[in-house]
Amino acid sequence: MRIPILKLHNYLLISIQIDLDDQSAIQFQEDLLNKIHKSGATGVVIDLTSVDIIDSFIAKVLGDVVTMSDLMGARVVLTGIQPAVAMTLIELGIHMQDVQTALDLEQGLIKLRQELEG
Amino acid sequence: MEIKPCVNIRQEWDIVGARQLGREKAKELGFGTVDQARIATAISELARNIYLYAGTGKVYFETIDRLDKKGLKVVAVDEGPGIRDLSQVMQDGYSTSGGLGAGLPGVKRLMDTFEINTEWGEGTEIIAVKWVR
Repeated sequence: MRIPILKLHNYLLISIQIDLDDQSAIQFQEDLLNKIHKSGATGVVIDLTSVDIIDSFIAKVLGDVVTMSDLMGARVVLTGIQPAVAMTLIELGIHMQDVQTALDLEQGLIKLRQELEG
Repeated sequence: MEIKPCVNIRQEWDIVGARQLGREKAKELGFGTVDQARIATAISELARNIYLYAGTGKVYFETIDRLDKKGLKVVAVDEGPGIRDLSQVMQDGYSTSGGLGAGLPGVKRLMDTFEINTEWGEGTEIIAVKWVR
């Protein structure tokens, strides 16, 4: 299943609303990098409000896509991580330290704007 | 006897199937959302291990209903290569597949009880239980 990536000015917005299997996660990684390349976006918000499980594989794919986007010059913010998901990730032993986060999409966009437009 | 809900792990998509069925069972038993997420995540890790290291296997669920407590037992079985060095795979950060190495020690932390039976060349059986609080 393909995850839609929306463009808004210089930003890309993604809301993940499916139970991510490995293949869709990898596909998303590729799609997002291509879209950054094509659109010249400088900021990306990945909203995880509807995601109720992140296991070690999906965490790795998400962490990698943040680093990869960064290499290309686009800043990524993850938003809307649910309390249960945050607790599970830490207990699982996954600390996504280099990843920017915000409470929700709105806060994510504010964060990006502050960083990118100063 | 109760028929045990079971998911055969043959392809990558079955990992999602296993954790969805597990979450459903957890919900039926009255687990809260955080415990549902813990259980689903643990199942996802176990199912992925089967898929990555053994190729095929199965994950099944058993409801434990005692006078004093209720719980969900998750059993992951395969006839893969087995685990050569158990103490190594139970270390955080150890991985032979390029993953995060969070798998088994993570599952142990997410569940209440955790047991591995494995023999090199024979396969692996992992039994983990979460109790309803």
